[in-house]
Amino acid sequence: MLRGRAFKFGDNISTDHIVPGKLLHLRSNLPELAKHVLEDADPTFAQRVRKGDFVVAGKNFGLGSSREHAPLVIKMAGVSAVIVKSVARIFYRNAINIGLPVLLCDTDGIDDGDEIEVDLKVGRIKDLANKIELHSSKMPQIMLDILHEGGLIPYMKKHRGFDI
Amino acid sequence: MGKTLAEKILSAKSGTDAYAGDIVIAQLDLVFVQDSTGPLTLRQLNESELDIIHNPNRTIIFLDHSAPSPARALSNDHRFLRDFAAEKGVVLSDIGEGVCHQIVAESFANPGEVIVGADSHTVTAGALGAFATGMGSTDIAVAFAFGKTWLRVPETFRVVVHGRFSRGVYAKDLILHLIGGIGADGATFKALEFVGEGVRLMRMSERLTVANMAVEAGADAGLFPSDSVTRSYLESQGRGKSYIPLHADSDATYERTIEIDASRLEPTVSMPHAVDNIALARDIKGVPIDQVFIGTCTNGRLDDLRIAAGIMQGRSCHPRVRLIVAPASRDVLLSAIAEGYVATLIEAGATILPPGCGACLGTHQGVLGDGEVCLSTANRNFKGRMGNPSAFIYLGSPATAAATAIRGEITDPREIV
Ligand code: SF4
Repeated sequence: MLRGRAFKFGDNISTDHIVPGKLLHLRSNLPELAKHVLEDADPTFAQRVRKGDFVVAGKNFGLGSSREHAPLVIKMAGVSAVIVKSVARIFYRNAINIGLPVLLCDTDGIDDGDEIEVDLKVGRIKDLANKIELHSSKMPQIMLDILHEGGLIPYMKKHRGFDI
Repeated sequence: MGKTLAEKILSAKSGTDAYAGDIVIAQLDLVFVQDSTGPLTLRQLNESELDIIHNPNRTIIFLDHSAPSPARALSNDHRFLRDFAAEKGVVLSDIGEGVCHQIVAESFANPGEVIVGADSHTVTAGALGAFATGMGSTDIAVAFAFGKTWLRVPETFRVVVHGRFSRGVYAKDLILHLIGGIGADGATFKALEFVGEGVRLMRMSERLTVANMAVEAGADAGLFPSDSVTRSYLESQGRGKSYIPLHADSDATYERTIEIDASRLEPTVSMPHAVDNIALARDIKGVPIDQVFIGTCTNGRLDDLRIAAGIMQGRSCHPRVRLIVAPASRDVLLSAIAEGYVATLIEAGATILPPGCGACLGTHQGVLGDGEVCLSTANRNFKGRMGNPSAFIYLGSPATAAATAIRGEITDPREIV
Protein backbone atom coordinates (compact mmCIF):
# COMPACT_ATOMS: atom_id res chain seq x y z
CA MET A 1 0.00 0.00 0.00
CA LEU A 2 1.38 3.40 -1.01
CA ARG A 3 0.55 6.58 0.83
CA GLY A 4 1.45 10.20 0.21
CA ARG A 5 0.28 13.64 -0.88
CA ALA A 6 -1.06 14.57 -4.28
CA PHE A 7 0.75 17.18 -6.38
CA LYS A 8 -1.81 18.20 -8.94
CA PHE A 9 -0.96 19.24 -12.49
CA GLY A 10 -3.14 20.03 -15.50
CA ASP A 11 -3.51 18.48 -18.94
CA ASN A 12 -0.74 17.95 -21.49
CA ILE A 13 2.26 18.02 -19.18
CA SER A 14 5.01 17.35 -21.72
CA THR A 15 8.45 15.86 -21.35
CA ASP A 16 9.72 19.39 -21.96
CA HIS A 17 7.93 20.47 -18.76
CA ILE A 18 9.42 17.53 -16.89
CA VAL A 19 13.03 17.73 -18.16
CA PRO A 20 13.54 20.59 -20.60
CA GLY A 21 16.01 20.33 -23.47
CA LYS A 22 17.95 23.26 -22.02
CA LEU A 23 19.15 20.86 -19.32
CA LEU A 24 20.43 18.32 -21.84
CA HIS A 25 23.92 18.73 -20.45
CA LEU A 26 22.71 17.24 -17.16
CA ARG A 27 21.33 14.06 -18.67
CA SER A 28 24.33 12.06 -17.61
CA ASN A 29 24.06 13.55 -14.12
CA LEU A 30 20.66 12.32 -13.00
CA PRO A 31 20.81 13.46 -9.35
CA GLU A 32 21.46 17.01 -10.53
CA LEU A 33 18.77 16.73 -13.24
CA ALA A 34 16.28 15.47 -10.66
CA LYS A 35 16.59 18.79 -8.79
CA HIS A 36 14.81 20.37 -11.78
CA VAL A 37 12.01 17.83 -12.13
CA LEU A 38 8.81 19.39 -13.51
CA GLU A 39 10.42 22.80 -13.18
CA ASP A 40 8.71 24.33 -16.20
CA ALA A 41 5.28 23.26 -14.87
CA ASP A 42 5.83 24.12 -11.17
CA PRO A 43 9.16 25.66 -10.15
CA THR A 44 8.58 24.79 -6.47
CA PHE A 45 7.71 21.12 -6.98
CA ALA A 46 11.24 19.73 -6.62
CA GLN A 47 11.70 21.39 -3.22
CA ARG A 48 8.28 20.44 -1.88
CA VAL A 49 7.92 16.83 -3.00
CA ARG A 50 8.66 14.16 -0.40
CA LYS A 51 9.26 10.47 -0.66
CA GLY A 52 6.03 8.61 -1.29
CA ASP A 53 4.10 11.52 -2.82
CA PHE A 54 2.11 11.23 -6.03
CA VAL A 55 2.08 13.20 -9.23
CA VAL A 56 -1.58 13.63 -10.23
CA ALA A 57 -2.46 15.17 -13.58
CA GLY A 58 -5.01 15.42 -16.35
CA LYS A 59 -4.92 14.01 -19.83
CA ASN A 60 -2.01 13.12 -22.11
CA PHE A 61 0.63 13.18 -19.39
CA GLY A 62 4.21 12.86 -20.65
CA LEU A 63 3.55 13.73 -24.27
CA GLY A 64 6.48 14.69 -26.41
CA SER A 65 9.93 13.27 -26.56
CA SER A 66 11.04 9.73 -25.85
CA ARG A 67 13.40 10.89 -23.11
CA GLU A 68 13.26 8.29 -20.37
CA HIS A 69 14.87 10.83 -18.09
CA ALA A 70 11.34 12.16 -17.59
CA PRO A 71 9.93 9.21 -15.59
CA LEU A 72 13.38 8.58 -14.10
CA VAL A 73 13.66 11.98 -12.43
CA ILE A 74 10.06 11.74 -11.24
CA LYS A 75 10.91 8.43 -9.62
CA MET A 76 14.19 9.80 -8.22
CA ALA A 77 12.30 12.70 -6.64
CA GLY A 78 10.60 10.06 -4.49
CA VAL A 79 7.27 9.95 -6.32
CA SER A 80 5.73 6.52 -5.79
CA ALA A 81 3.21 6.59 -8.65
CA VAL A 82 1.81 8.82 -11.35
CA ILE A 83 -1.99 9.06 -11.40
CA VAL A 84 -3.41 10.59 -14.58
CA LYS A 85 -6.47 10.65 -16.80
CA SER A 86 -4.46 9.48 -19.79
CA VAL A 87 -0.83 9.03 -20.65
CA ALA A 88 1.31 9.36 -23.77
CA ARG A 89 2.40 6.00 -25.10
CA ILE A 90 6.18 6.38 -24.87
CA PHE A 91 6.06 7.85 -21.37
CA TYR A 92 3.82 4.98 -20.28
CA ARG A 93 6.23 2.31 -21.48
CA ASN A 94 9.24 4.17 -20.11
CA ALA A 95 7.69 4.58 -16.68
CA ILE A 96 6.84 0.89 -16.40
CA ASN A 97 10.26 -0.07 -17.78
CA ILE A 98 12.00 1.78 -14.96
CA GLY A 99 9.52 0.62 -12.33
CA LEU A 100 7.40 3.77 -11.88
CA PRO A 101 3.71 2.77 -11.66
CA VAL A 102 1.22 4.72 -13.78
CA LEU A 103 -2.45 4.59 -12.78
CA LEU A 104 -5.16 5.70 -15.17
CA CYS A 105 -8.40 7.10 -13.81
CA ASP A 106 -10.52 10.24 -13.72
CA THR A 107 -8.40 12.51 -11.54
CA ASP A 108 -10.89 15.40 -11.36
CA GLY A 109 -11.93 14.41 -7.85
CA ILE A 110 -8.39 14.66 -6.48
CA ASP A 111 -7.23 18.06 -5.25
CA ASP A 112 -3.73 19.37 -4.81
CA GLY A 113 -2.35 18.38 -1.41
CA ASP A 114 -4.89 15.61 -0.74
CA GLU A 115 -3.70 12.58 1.16
CA ILE A 116 -3.83 9.58 -1.20
CA GLU A 117 -3.65 5.86 -0.65
CA VAL A 118 -2.94 3.49 -3.53
CA ASP A 119 -3.25 -0.28 -3.69
CA LEU A 120 -1.23 -1.18 -6.77
CA LYS A 121 -2.29 -4.82 -6.84
CA VAL A 122 -5.93 -4.04 -7.46
CA GLY A 123 -5.41 -0.58 -8.95
CA ARG A 124 -7.43 1.20 -6.27
CA ILE A 125 -6.85 4.87 -5.46
CA LYS A 126 -8.36 6.40 -2.31
CA ASP A 127 -8.48 10.14 -1.80
CA LEU A 128 -8.59 10.31 2.00
CA ALA A 129 -9.33 14.05 2.04
CA ASN A 130 -12.26 13.95 -0.38
CA LYS A 131 -13.30 10.44 0.67
CA ILE A 132 -13.54 9.05 -2.84
CA GLU A 133 -12.36 5.79 -4.30
CA LEU A 134 -11.13 5.47 -7.90
CA HIS A 135 -10.13 2.48 -9.97
CA SER A 136 -7.34 2.38 -12.50
CA SER A 137 -8.00 0.79 -15.86
CA LYS A 138 -6.00 -2.39 -16.40
CA MET A 139 -2.64 -2.34 -18.13
CA PRO A 140 -1.60 -5.07 -20.57
CA GLN A 141 -0.35 -8.25 -18.87
CA ILE A 142 3.18 -7.86 -20.22
CA MET A 143 3.45 -4.42 -18.59
CA LEU A 144 2.13 -5.81 -15.31
CA ASP A 145 4.78 -8.52 -15.48
CA ILE A 146 7.52 -5.99 -16.19
CA LEU A 147 6.36 -3.74 -13.33
CA HIS A 148 6.17 -6.77 -11.07
CA GLU A 149 9.85 -7.54 -11.72
CA GLY A 150 10.76 -3.92 -10.93
CA GLY A 151 11.33 -2.87 -14.54
CA LEU A 152 12.36 -4.14 -17.95
CA ILE A 153 16.03 -4.82 -17.18
CA PRO A 154 15.32 -7.07 -14.19
CA TYR A 155 12.55 -8.69 -16.27
CA MET A 156 14.90 -9.45 -19.17
CA LYS A 157 17.63 -10.68 -16.85
CA LYS A 158 15.21 -13.16 -15.40
CA HIS A 159 13.40 -14.25 -18.56
CA ARG A 160 16.16 -13.74 -21.18
CA GLY A 161 13.42 -12.79 -23.61
CA PHE A 162 9.78 -11.81 -23.71
CA ASP A 163 7.17 -14.14 -22.28
CA ILE A 164 3.74 -13.62 -23.72
CA MET B 1 -10.14 -10.88 -42.53
CA GLY B 2 -8.35 -7.99 -44.24
CA LYS B 3 -5.50 -6.15 -42.59
CA THR B 4 -4.38 -2.61 -42.13
CA LEU B 5 -0.76 -1.72 -42.92
CA ALA B 6 0.17 -1.96 -39.24
CA GLU B 7 -1.47 -5.39 -38.95
CA LYS B 8 0.26 -6.63 -42.11
CA ILE B 9 3.73 -5.51 -41.12
CA LEU B 10 3.48 -6.63 -37.51
CA SER B 11 2.02 -10.02 -38.52
CA ALA B 12 4.89 -10.62 -40.93
CA LYS B 13 7.54 -9.56 -38.44
CA SER B 14 6.12 -11.53 -35.54
CA GLY B 15 5.22 -14.65 -37.48
CA THR B 16 1.65 -14.46 -36.22
CA ASP B 17 -1.75 -13.60 -37.61
CA ALA B 18 -2.04 -10.36 -35.69
CA TYR B 19 -4.88 -7.88 -35.43
CA ALA B 20 -5.42 -4.65 -33.54
CA GLY B 21 -5.20 -5.16 -29.80
CA ASP B 22 -2.87 -8.19 -29.97
CA ILE B 23 0.50 -8.06 -28.25
CA VAL B 24 3.26 -9.38 -30.49
CA ILE B 25 7.01 -9.89 -30.27
CA ALA B 26 8.35 -8.30 -33.45
CA GLN B 27 11.72 -8.84 -35.10
CA LEU B 28 13.45 -5.51 -35.58
CA ASP B 29 15.11 -4.41 -38.80
CA LEU B 30 16.72 -1.24 -37.48
CA VAL B 31 17.37 0.09 -33.99
CA PHE B 32 18.87 3.43 -33.11
CA VAL B 33 19.58 6.02 -30.45
CA GLN B 34 20.67 9.63 -30.63
CA ASP B 35 23.01 11.62 -28.43
CA SER B 36 20.42 12.73 -25.88
CA THR B 37 18.85 9.29 -25.29
CA GLY B 38 21.88 7.15 -26.16
CA PRO B 39 23.98 7.52 -23.01
CA LEU B 40 21.15 6.19 -20.84
CA THR B 41 20.59 3.30 -23.27
CA LEU B 42 24.24 2.32 -23.08
CA ARG B 43 24.30 2.60 -19.30
CA GLN B 44 21.22 0.37 -19.10
CA LEU B 45 22.97 -2.15 -21.35
CA ASN B 46 26.13 -2.11 -19.27
CA GLU B 47 24.19 -2.42 -16.03
CA SER B 48 22.05 -5.23 -17.31
CA GLU B 49 25.00 -7.37 -18.34
CA LEU B 50 23.09 -7.77 -21.60
CA ASP B 51 25.70 -5.86 -23.54
CA ILE B 52 25.61 -7.98 -26.64
CA ILE B 53 24.48 -6.30 -29.86
CA HIS B 54 22.09 -8.43 -31.85
CA ASN B 55 22.78 -6.91 -35.26
CA PRO B 56 25.55 -4.28 -35.26
CA ASN B 57 25.06 -3.38 -38.95
CA ARG B 58 21.48 -2.36 -38.27
CA THR B 59 22.19 -0.63 -34.95
CA ILE B 60 22.99 3.06 -35.20
CA ILE B 61 24.20 5.75 -32.84
CA PHE B 62 23.45 9.28 -34.11
CA LEU B 63 25.19 12.38 -32.84
CA ASP B 64 22.73 14.99 -34.05
CA HIS B 65 20.96 16.74 -31.19
CA SER B 66 23.97 18.68 -29.93
CA ALA B 67 26.13 18.67 -33.00
CA PRO B 68 28.77 19.93 -32.62
CA SER B 69 28.69 19.77 -28.84
CA PRO B 70 28.12 23.10 -27.07
CA ALA B 71 29.17 21.94 -23.60
CA ARG B 72 31.73 19.80 -21.86
CA ALA B 73 29.24 17.34 -20.37
CA LEU B 74 27.75 16.74 -23.82
CA SER B 75 31.20 16.35 -25.35
CA ASN B 76 31.82 13.61 -22.81
CA ASP B 77 28.51 11.97 -23.74
CA HIS B 78 29.65 12.06 -27.35
CA ARG B 79 32.95 10.44 -26.40
CA PHE B 80 31.11 7.72 -24.53
CA LEU B 81 28.87 7.06 -27.55
CA ARG B 82 31.74 7.07 -30.06
CA ASP B 83 33.80 4.71 -27.92
CA PHE B 84 30.88 2.33 -27.59
CA ALA B 85 30.28 2.38 -31.36
CA ALA B 86 33.93 1.58 -32.02
CA GLU B 87 34.03 -1.18 -29.42
CA LYS B 88 30.82 -2.91 -30.49
CA GLY B 89 31.10 -2.25 -34.20
CA VAL B 90 27.72 -0.55 -34.47
CA VAL B 91 27.10 2.18 -37.04
CA LEU B 92 28.08 5.71 -35.95
CA SER B 93 26.57 8.75 -37.61
CA ASP B 94 28.77 11.54 -36.30
CA ILE B 95 28.16 15.27 -36.08
CA GLY B 96 27.59 16.97 -39.40
CA GLU B 97 25.88 13.99 -41.02
CA GLY B 98 22.43 15.14 -40.03
CA VAL B 99 19.24 14.45 -38.07
CA CYS B 100 18.69 10.77 -37.33
CA HIS B 101 15.27 10.53 -39.01
CA GLN B 102 16.52 12.11 -42.20
CA ILE B 103 19.50 9.74 -42.36
CA VAL B 104 17.22 6.78 -41.62
CA ALA B 105 15.04 7.81 -44.57
CA GLU B 106 17.98 8.52 -46.88
CA SER B 107 20.06 5.45 -46.13
CA PHE B 108 18.28 2.77 -44.11
CA ALA B 109 14.48 2.44 -43.93
CA ASN B 110 12.64 0.08 -46.26
CA PRO B 111 8.97 -0.82 -46.74
CA GLY B 112 7.67 -3.60 -44.51
CA GLU B 113 10.34 -3.14 -41.87
CA VAL B 114 9.92 -2.62 -38.16
CA ILE B 115 12.11 0.18 -36.88
CA VAL B 116 12.48 1.42 -33.32
CA GLY B 117 14.49 4.40 -32.18
CA ALA B 118 15.06 6.19 -28.91
CA ASP B 119 13.44 9.30 -30.30
CA SER B 120 9.76 10.02 -30.61
CA HIS B 121 9.97 11.14 -34.24
CA THR B 122 11.12 7.68 -35.31
CA VAL B 123 7.61 7.57 -36.83
CA THR B 124 9.08 9.55 -39.76
CA ALA B 125 10.11 6.32 -41.52
CA GLY B 126 6.42 5.43 -41.83
CA ALA B 127 6.60 7.52 -45.01
CA LEU B 128 8.50 4.61 -46.58
CA GLY B 129 5.97 2.01 -45.48
CA ALA B 130 7.92 0.89 -42.41
CA PHE B 131 6.28 0.41 -39.01
CA ALA B 132 8.54 2.81 -37.16
CA THR B 133 8.01 3.97 -33.61
CA GLY B 134 9.80 5.79 -30.83
CA MET B 135 10.67 4.27 -27.49
CA GLY B 136 12.69 5.13 -24.42
CA SER B 137 16.25 4.22 -23.59
CA THR B 138 15.55 0.97 -21.74
CA ASP B 139 13.27 -0.44 -24.44
CA ILE B 140 15.97 0.39 -26.96
CA ALA B 141 18.69 -1.16 -24.81
CA VAL B 142 16.74 -4.41 -24.90
CA ALA B 143 16.20 -3.98 -28.65
CA PHE B 144 19.97 -3.52 -29.14
CA ALA B 145 20.61 -6.76 -27.28
CA PHE B 146 17.77 -8.98 -28.45
CA GLY B 147 16.80 -7.58 -31.85
CA LYS B 148 13.14 -7.73 -30.90
CA THR B 149 10.57 -5.91 -28.84
CA TRP B 150 6.99 -6.30 -27.72
CA LEU B 151 4.37 -4.20 -29.42
CA ARG B 152 0.64 -3.84 -29.10
CA VAL B 153 -0.81 -3.89 -32.60
CA PRO B 154 -2.57 -0.53 -32.82
CA GLU B 155 -6.04 0.17 -34.09
CA THR B 156 -5.81 2.38 -37.17
CA PHE B 157 -7.33 5.69 -38.18
CA ARG B 158 -7.56 5.82 -41.96
CA VAL B 159 -6.86 9.31 -43.26
CA VAL B 160 -8.14 9.70 -46.81
CA VAL B 161 -6.58 12.64 -48.61
CA HIS B 162 -8.39 13.94 -51.68
CA GLY B 163 -7.00 16.31 -54.27
CA ARG B 164 -3.79 18.26 -54.39
CA PHE B 165 -2.60 21.25 -52.37
CA SER B 166 -3.38 24.63 -53.85
CA ARG B 167 -0.74 27.33 -54.28
CA GLY B 168 1.11 28.22 -51.07
CA VAL B 169 -0.18 25.15 -49.21
CA TYR B 170 2.03 22.22 -48.25
CA ALA B 171 2.20 18.89 -46.43
CA LYS B 172 2.90 20.73 -43.17
CA ASP B 173 -0.45 22.49 -43.43
CA LEU B 174 -2.15 19.13 -43.94
CA ILE B 175 -0.67 17.52 -40.85
CA LEU B 176 -1.20 20.61 -38.65
CA HIS B 177 -4.82 20.67 -39.83
CA LEU B 178 -5.23 16.98 -38.98
CA ILE B 179 -3.64 17.32 -35.51
CA GLY B 180 -5.76 20.39 -34.81
CA GLY B 181 -8.82 18.35 -35.71
CA ILE B 182 -8.17 15.21 -33.66
CA GLY B 183 -6.10 16.77 -30.86
CA ALA B 184 -2.63 16.17 -29.43
CA ASP B 185 -3.83 12.94 -27.83
CA GLY B 186 -6.44 12.08 -30.47
CA ALA B 187 -4.56 9.08 -31.81
CA THR B 188 -2.80 7.82 -28.67
CA PHE B 189 -2.12 4.06 -28.98
CA LYS B 190 -3.39 4.18 -32.59
CA ALA B 191 -1.74 4.20 -36.01
CA LEU B 192 -2.53 6.76 -38.67
CA GLU B 193 -2.66 5.36 -42.19
CA PHE B 194 -2.68 7.81 -45.10
CA VAL B 195 -4.42 6.79 -48.31
CA GLY B 196 -6.18 8.26 -51.30
CA GLU B 197 -5.46 10.17 -54.44
CA GLY B 198 -3.84 13.03 -52.50
CA VAL B 199 -1.37 10.59 -50.99
CA ARG B 200 -0.44 9.09 -54.36
CA LEU B 201 0.41 12.61 -55.49
CA MET B 202 2.61 13.36 -52.50
CA ARG B 203 6.38 13.40 -52.95
CA MET B 204 8.55 11.49 -50.49
CA SER B 205 9.63 14.72 -48.77
CA GLU B 206 5.97 15.55 -48.16
CA ARG B 207 5.18 12.08 -46.85
CA LEU B 208 8.12 12.35 -44.46
CA THR B 209 6.78 15.65 -43.10
CA VAL B 210 3.36 14.12 -42.48
CA ALA B 211 4.60 10.84 -40.98
CA ASN B 212 7.03 12.77 -38.77
CA MET B 213 4.21 14.55 -36.97
CA ALA B 214 1.98 11.50 -36.43
CA VAL B 215 3.35 11.36 -32.90
CA GLU B 216 2.08 14.90 -32.27
CA ALA B 217 -1.40 13.39 -32.37
CA GLY B 218 -0.14 10.73 -29.96
CA ALA B 219 0.04 8.02 -32.63
CA ASP B 220 2.30 4.97 -32.49
CA ALA B 221 2.97 5.25 -36.21
CA GLY B 222 2.13 7.29 -39.29
CA LEU B 223 2.00 4.89 -42.21
CA PHE B 224 2.07 5.39 -45.95
CA PRO B 225 1.60 2.68 -48.56
CA SER B 226 4.67 1.64 -50.51
CA ASP B 227 4.02 2.62 -54.12
CA SER B 228 5.73 4.05 -57.20
CA VAL B 229 6.81 7.16 -55.27
CA THR B 230 8.47 4.89 -52.71
CA ARG B 231 10.12 2.90 -55.47
CA SER B 232 11.57 5.99 -57.19
CA TYR B 233 12.82 7.34 -53.88
CA LEU B 234 14.51 4.06 -52.96
CA GLU B 235 16.05 3.87 -56.43
CA SER B 236 17.36 7.42 -56.12
CA GLN B 237 19.01 6.40 -52.85
CA GLY B 238 20.57 3.26 -54.31
CA ARG B 239 18.14 0.91 -52.54
CA GLY B 240 15.86 0.03 -55.45
CA LYS B 241 16.21 -3.66 -54.57
CA SER B 242 14.57 -3.08 -51.20
CA TYR B 243 11.32 -1.99 -52.80
CA ILE B 244 8.24 -4.07 -52.16
CA PRO B 245 4.73 -2.82 -52.86
CA LEU B 246 2.67 -2.62 -49.70
CA HIS B 247 -0.96 -1.61 -49.25
CA ALA B 248 -3.63 -2.30 -46.69
CA ASP B 249 -6.30 -4.81 -47.70
CA SER B 250 -9.45 -3.26 -49.06
CA ASP B 251 -11.50 -5.04 -46.38
CA ALA B 252 -9.28 -4.04 -43.47
CA THR B 253 -10.98 -2.83 -40.31
CA TYR B 254 -10.39 0.78 -39.31
CA GLU B 255 -11.39 2.36 -36.05
CA ARG B 256 -12.17 5.60 -37.77
CA THR B 257 -11.95 7.25 -41.17
CA ILE B 258 -11.03 10.91 -41.57
CA GLU B 259 -11.43 12.61 -44.95
CA ILE B 260 -9.37 15.65 -45.88
CA ASP B 261 -9.70 17.63 -49.10
CA ALA B 262 -6.14 18.86 -49.66
CA SER B 263 -7.27 21.36 -52.27
CA ARG B 264 -9.30 23.23 -49.67
CA LEU B 265 -6.55 23.53 -47.05
CA GLU B 266 -4.99 26.90 -46.33
CA PRO B 267 -1.64 27.84 -44.76
CA THR B 268 -1.95 26.72 -41.14
CA VAL B 269 0.05 27.43 -38.00
CA SER B 270 0.19 26.02 -34.48
CA MET B 271 0.10 28.65 -31.79
CA PRO B 272 1.89 28.52 -28.41
CA HIS B 273 2.15 26.20 -26.48
CA ALA B 274 0.44 23.21 -28.09
CA VAL B 275 0.69 21.65 -31.53
CA ASP B 276 -3.07 21.17 -31.74
CA ASN B 277 -3.70 24.85 -31.03
CA ILE B 278 -4.03 25.70 -34.71
CA ALA B 279 -5.14 28.74 -36.66
CA LEU B 280 -5.06 29.82 -40.28
CA ALA B 281 -2.01 31.98 -40.99
CA ARG B 282 -4.26 34.67 -42.44
CA ASP B 283 -6.30 34.85 -39.25
CA ILE B 284 -3.32 35.60 -37.02
CA LYS B 285 -1.23 37.57 -39.48
CA GLY B 286 0.65 40.48 -38.00
CA VAL B 287 1.97 38.72 -34.88
CA PRO B 288 5.54 40.16 -34.60
CA ILE B 289 8.31 37.57 -34.84
CA ASP B 290 11.90 37.73 -33.55
CA GLN B 291 13.28 34.51 -34.96
CA VAL B 292 12.39 32.23 -37.85
CA PHE B 293 13.80 28.72 -37.82
CA ILE B 294 13.76 26.56 -40.94
CA GLY B 295 14.99 23.01 -40.51
CA THR B 296 14.46 19.85 -38.40
CA CYS B 297 13.35 16.32 -39.21
CA THR B 298 9.96 17.80 -40.14
CA ASN B 299 10.95 20.41 -42.71
CA GLY B 300 14.70 20.55 -43.21
CA ARG B 301 14.79 18.69 -46.53
CA LEU B 302 15.88 19.86 -49.95
CA ASP B 303 12.32 20.53 -51.11
CA ASP B 304 11.78 22.67 -48.01
CA LEU B 305 14.90 24.74 -48.62
CA ARG B 306 13.89 25.08 -52.28
CA ILE B 307 10.47 26.42 -51.28
CA ALA B 308 11.98 28.85 -48.76
CA ALA B 309 14.70 30.01 -51.17
CA GLY B 310 12.10 30.48 -53.91
CA ILE B 311 10.24 32.92 -51.70
CA MET B 312 13.34 34.66 -50.34
CA GLN B 313 14.92 35.07 -53.79
CA GLY B 314 15.77 38.75 -54.30
CA ARG B 315 14.22 39.70 -50.96
CA SER B 316 15.65 40.05 -47.50
CA CYS B 317 14.68 39.30 -43.94
CA HIS B 318 12.88 41.94 -41.95
CA PRO B 319 15.48 43.79 -39.82
CA ARG B 320 13.96 42.47 -36.59
CA VAL B 321 14.09 38.83 -37.66
CA ARG B 322 16.93 36.39 -37.17
CA LEU B 323 16.51 33.71 -39.83
CA ILE B 324 18.20 30.44 -38.87
CA VAL B 325 18.37 27.55 -41.32
CA ALA B 326 19.51 24.02 -40.45
CA PRO B 327 19.60 21.53 -43.34
CA ALA B 328 18.46 18.12 -42.14
CA SER B 329 21.48 16.27 -43.50
CA ARG B 330 24.85 16.66 -45.17
CA ASP B 331 23.29 15.49 -48.45
CA VAL B 332 20.59 18.12 -48.14
CA LEU B 333 23.21 20.80 -47.47
CA LEU B 334 25.39 19.75 -50.41
CA SER B 335 22.44 19.66 -52.80
CA ALA B 336 21.12 22.96 -51.50
CA ILE B 337 24.53 24.51 -52.13
CA ALA B 338 24.67 23.00 -55.62
CA GLU B 339 21.18 24.28 -56.43
CA GLY B 340 22.00 27.76 -55.15
CA TYR B 341 19.39 27.71 -52.37
CA VAL B 342 22.01 28.23 -49.67
CA ALA B 343 23.42 31.32 -51.39
CA THR B 344 19.91 32.74 -51.86
CA LEU B 345 19.07 32.23 -48.20
CA ILE B 346 22.36 33.68 -46.97
CA GLU B 347 21.95 36.69 -49.26
CA ALA B 348 18.51 37.20 -47.75
CA GLY B 349 20.09 37.32 -44.29
CA ALA B 350 19.95 33.70 -43.11
CA THR B 351 22.42 32.09 -40.73
CA ILE B 352 23.15 28.54 -41.83
CA LEU B 353 23.69 25.93 -39.12
CA PRO B 354 25.45 22.60 -39.55
CA PRO B 355 23.17 19.68 -40.45
CA GLY B 356 21.47 18.40 -37.29
CA CYS B 357 18.70 19.32 -34.89
CA GLY B 358 20.05 22.84 -34.45
CA ALA B 359 17.76 25.13 -32.51
CA CYS B 360 14.87 22.64 -32.37
CA LEU B 361 15.20 21.38 -28.82
CA GLY B 362 16.65 24.39 -27.06
CA THR B 363 20.13 23.17 -26.30
CA HIS B 364 22.06 25.61 -28.48
CA GLN B 365 22.19 27.41 -31.82
CA GLY B 366 19.15 29.62 -31.45
CA VAL B 367 17.86 29.59 -27.87
CA LEU B 368 15.09 32.19 -27.50
CA GLY B 369 15.22 35.16 -25.14
CA ASP B 370 12.54 36.02 -22.57
CA GLY B 371 9.29 36.98 -24.23
CA GLU B 372 10.66 36.36 -27.71
CA VAL B 373 8.53 34.84 -30.43
CA CYS B 374 9.71 32.31 -32.97
CA LEU B 375 8.10 30.84 -36.04
CA SER B 376 9.61 27.43 -36.63
CA THR B 377 9.16 24.66 -39.19
CA ALA B 378 9.68 22.08 -36.42
CA ASN B 379 7.08 19.72 -34.99
CA ARG B 380 6.76 20.96 -31.40
CA ASN B 381 6.03 24.25 -29.73
CA PHE B 382 5.77 23.19 -26.09
CA LYS B 383 6.64 25.66 -23.42
CA GLY B 384 10.40 25.66 -22.96
CA ARG B 385 11.01 23.73 -26.16
CA MET B 386 13.53 26.16 -27.62
CA GLY B 387 15.34 26.63 -24.35
CA ASN B 388 13.16 29.23 -22.68
CA PRO B 389 9.79 28.71 -20.98
CA SER B 390 9.08 32.44 -21.29
CA ALA B 391 9.30 32.34 -25.07
CA PHE B 392 6.56 31.64 -27.64
CA ILE B 393 6.77 29.25 -30.58
CA TYR B 394 4.53 29.10 -33.65
CA LEU B 395 4.84 26.25 -36.14
CA GLY B 396 4.31 26.51 -39.86
CA SER B 397 5.47 25.38 -43.29
CA PRO B 398 8.75 26.53 -44.86
CA ALA B 399 6.71 28.84 -47.10
CA THR B 400 4.96 30.43 -44.13
CA ALA B 401 8.36 30.69 -42.41
CA ALA B 402 9.98 32.44 -45.39
CA ALA B 403 7.08 34.85 -45.84
CA THR B 404 7.14 35.58 -42.12
CA ALA B 405 10.90 36.22 -42.18
CA ILE B 406 10.42 38.80 -44.92
CA ARG B 407 7.59 40.66 -43.23
CA GLY B 408 8.78 40.28 -39.63
CA GLU B 409 5.31 39.16 -38.63
CA ILE B 410 3.22 36.06 -39.23
CA THR B 411 2.32 36.12 -42.89
CA ASP B 412 0.20 33.95 -45.15
CA PRO B 413 2.69 32.95 -47.86
CA ARG B 414 0.03 33.45 -50.55
CA GLU B 415 0.43 37.17 -49.95
CA ILE B 416 3.99 36.96 -51.18
CA VAL B 417 4.35 34.12 -53.71
S1 SF4 C 1 15.07 17.93 -35.36
FE1 SF4 C 1 13.97 18.35 -33.47
S2 SF4 C 1 12.25 16.94 -33.44
FE2 SF4 C 1 13.71 16.21 -35.00
S3 SF4 C 1 14.98 14.71 -33.94
FE3 SF4 C 1 16.00 16.69 -33.78
S4 SF4 C 1 15.30 17.57 -31.83
FE4 SF4 C 1 13.90 15.92 -32.37
